[in-house]
Amino acid sequence: MDLHQQTIEALHAALSNKQISAEELTQDVLKRIDAVEASVKAYLTLTPEIALEQARAVDAKIKRGDAISPLAGIPGAIKDNICTKGTRTSCASKILDKFVPPYDATVIEKLAAQDAVMVGKANMDEFAMGGSTENSGYHPTHNPWDLAAVPGGSSGGSAAAVAAGEAVWALGSDTGGSIRQPAAYCGTVGLKPTYGRVSRYGLVAYASSLDQIGPITRTVTDSALVMNAICGYDAKDSTSIAADCPDYTKALTRDIKGLKIGLPKEYFVSGMDADVEKAIYQAIDQLVALGAEYKEVSMPHTQYALSAYYMIAPAEASSNLARYDGVSYGYRGEGNDIVSMYKTTRSEAFGDEVKRRIMLGTYALSSGYYDAYYLRALKVRSLVKRDFDRAFADVDVLVTPTAPTTAFKLGEKSSDPLAMYLQDVCTIPVNLAGVPAISLPCGFAGGMPVGMQIIGKPLGEETILRAAYAYEQEHDFAARRAPLGEGK
Amino acid sequence: MAYETVIGLEVHTELKTHSKIFCGCSTQFGSEQNTNVCPVCLGLPGVLPVVNEKVIEYAVRAGLALNCEILPFSKFDRKNYYYPDLPKNFQTSQQDLPIALKGHLDIEVNGVKKRIGITRIHMEEDAGKLVHAGNSITDSDYALVDYNRTGVPLLEIVSEPDLRSPEEAKAYLEKLKSILEYIDVSDCKMEEGSLRCDANISLRPVGASEFGTKAELKNVNSFRSVQRGLEYEELRQAELLDDGGKVIQETRSWDEARGITVSMRSKEQAHDYRFFPEPDLVPIMVAKEFVDSVRDSLPELPDARQKRLSEQCGLSEYDAGVITASRAMADYFDAVVAEGADAKTAANWLMGEVSKHLNNENVSVADCPVKPLALAHMLQLIDKGTISGKIAKTVFEEMWASGKDPEMIVKEKGLVQISDVSEIVAIVDAVIAANPQSVEDYKAGKQKAIGFLVGQIMKQTKGRANPEMVNKLLVERLG
Ligand SMILES: [Zn+2]
Repeated sequence: MDLHQQTIEALHAALSNKQISAEELTQDVLKRIDAVEASVKAYLTLTPEIALEQARAVDAKIKRGDAISPLAGIPGAIKDNICTKGTRTSCASKILDKFVPPYDATVIEKLAAQDAVMVGKANMDEFAMGGSTENSGYHPTHNPWDLAAVPGGSSGGSAAAVAAGEAVWALGSDTGGSIRQPAAYCGTVGLKPTYGRVSRYGLVAYASSLDQIGPITRTVTDSALVMNAICGYDAKDSTSIAADCPDYTKALTRDIKGLKIGLPKEYFVSGMDADVEKAIYQAIDQLVALGAEYKEVSMPHTQYALSAYYMIAPAEASSNLARYDGVSYGYRGEGNDIVSMYKTTRSEAFGDEVKRRIMLGTYALSSGYYDAYYLRALKVRSLVKRDFDRAFADVDVLVTPTAPTTAFKLGEKSSDPLAMYLQDVCTIPVNLAGVPAISLPCGFAGGMPVGMQIIGKPLGEETILRAAYAYEQEHDFAARRAPLGEGK
Repeated sequence: MAYETVIGLEVHTELKTHSKIFCGCSTQFGSEQNTNVCPVCLGLPGVLPVVNEKVIEYAVRAGLALNCEILPFSKFDRKNYYYPDLPKNFQTSQQDLPIALKGHLDIEVNGVKKRIGITRIHMEEDAGKLVHAGNSITDSDYALVDYNRTGVPLLEIVSEPDLRSPEEAKAYLEKLKSILEYIDVSDCKMEEGSLRCDANISLRPVGASEFGTKAELKNVNSFRSVQRGLEYEELRQAELLDDGGKVIQETRSWDEARGITVSMRSKEQAHDYRFFPEPDLVPIMVAKEFVDSVRDSLPELPDARQKRLSEQCGLSEYDAGVITASRAMADYFDAVVAEGADAKTAANWLMGEVSKHLNNENVSVADCPVKPLALAHMLQLIDKGTISGKIAKTVFEEMWASGKDPEMIVKEKGLVQISDVSEIVAIVDAVIAANPQSVEDYKAGKQKAIGFLVGQIMKQTKGRANPEMVNKLLVERLG
């Protein structure tokens, strides 16, 4: 198989054994990008010079006989809402069209310390608002499994890049399912860590209390490897957790005997695709066959989670996005005075979905409505959290579908925001509770990948990675590649 | 109609931490524009705030010094509004759970003491500064923004509407400034903007219990302007009410040059700040042990110090009040007394010569060229009779100018007082002999003549003769 289709694990071995060079690997990925990017459109900015320079530095290390870290020389894609010093970071918004951050996000510093290679900045829904990457201010991304389908969102570019062989791994961000849902649509593994486990410093905020950076990879092992690189307390993020990080690869033992799995009945919603449901139940049977025990649990406030999310996230967003006013950086509209300049700037440079959420959030926080909307949503959030606490008193992990359907067609739901929002119904409660969850492929429906979500307790990343790994080892889903460019 | 004035003050004070509230940038005043900035205080996409713990400590200090209750659990909130010098278009502040609540301070106006309630103290970040290209906002083609001040830590101290006159408001501000200086949390320089005051003022008929409609007075940047602005508002509102008009709730600014207040915006244009909890900062937990340790570290505050000076040093309450109004002055006083000077003499000198020189040359006590030890030595020279009080003024001038030790000055200039009887007698006799006419005049009952003779003696001794002895001996000799 081509280098660009391999796992981090395999490529690290090949680099360490000097079977390949990092430059050769990077060139192969860049060649793949040349071949398929025109049809996938996973990227907003490509950084081949940076990638090759980083790769050569790794080769120099190998040549000297230095040990290299697991991500050294391995090309990855970075979601375009993660700040990269000297490289444009647009959040897929016209308002930040020319914004070049003067600093690196903490995760980027950590990846640099591991000598990882960055091939480009991945497309996304503008400011991470959306579930299909159709809301990018530049262009939609296409699903490598079916170019007529969406890759999911908002980290659609990251997931599509990995699925298309345009990157070996990627970073995404997850506010309401934005890593897991596109990972599921694109047949990749997506992990949303516990809130605070990975520093948010340098992640352009959508909804601060929900956002979390995480990996999108081809396998569970690769997910653990990227987590090892980016996890940890950061003094620059006061919401980050002051606890050491384990070596996540040590959790991948295949042993899940006695693992207690909960199936929250509220997540198996009506309207769910029958094939998706079937795939999940088969996956659960598989986990049981491996020694896990399962029981049905109830999480009664799930039905309110979506509404609470669509109060809290836009409220925070309305405030986080207020800084894009044309005064000190980014797009500036014309105006005879400061207020009209603000208005033209924001009217012209924000897309519809962003405007919709800013208005929703501004309204929810307005005096006279705060108690009825925002405060009530916070109360619902506490109840949702309590649902998780109760469930986790009985079980070790929760298993659900990642999304109720497989990837839908481009344009299919873009005129109906509400239908689009429903795609995140299984992932949103996890962000409200701040717990970790992973999505991994568990089958196919109509030729499109189906994702299974495994949710863990706070800081329970090791457990969900172990369960996911045990399952993954029983199937070849992780080895399958999108048919893109092969036989077409 | 007779009205009662109701005033409440909101004071913003810049804390004198070395770094800003949410980043490590310097808070140095007067730095070149946009040099004390970083991605965090510029509010660039992706940045996060981290609280400077010194700010919390200073807020707790201020809270305790103003007799407040310190909340064990408080939090930051976002106050959302658009303004070009506010890089994030929200200000991180505190709303429903501020760090300190329910305190008070005592003031005295015309000998009447009064306790003024403090509603709350909260922490927040300062905004930047707009620099207009022209002379005023209206005739400027463009404006530039200086973000050096953005993120400088502020405390907002809100009083209860307990103040009943502009004088009381001024006394409150003076007392507040004095306390903040004592606890060393702020420079309190109004001219540098490190102490700013907004005032709410309303009038109500005497005896009424409900408040009248208030106007908010902004941009008052000296204690004098606060008082003048409030006096103007008192009159304006009273005339309006007398004419059957209504005070409208609005924000007015004090125009120092014209001596009037001008409407800035009415309530209808008021902001909806859309406060909500700051999601990028975890709540602030202040442990009881921490509060106790801060309380233990508080210095003696102005009221206690005034009491001590009047009780222990025998100063009048007034004198003790004047000296303790500024911590630097009180420290200077204590140092002079500690060096062995008499407390009352020291107080007189501080309020007299020393203050006169400081004011004339616009020097702060802390930078006084005459150090407490030197002043104490000089006062001891007076005490011992080495120099007279009058000569002491000359010595002090020289000390101020050259920084020399008083004994050295006395020696160099030969200013030692002549208290030797035989020496003085000789001079007295010589002067009597040389001025028979004056002696005759004196004997004829002209008391003025003795003044002339004393003058002649002092002239001959260059003022060094002990004046008491001269008088005594002269009267004896002419007897
Ligand atoms: Zn800064």
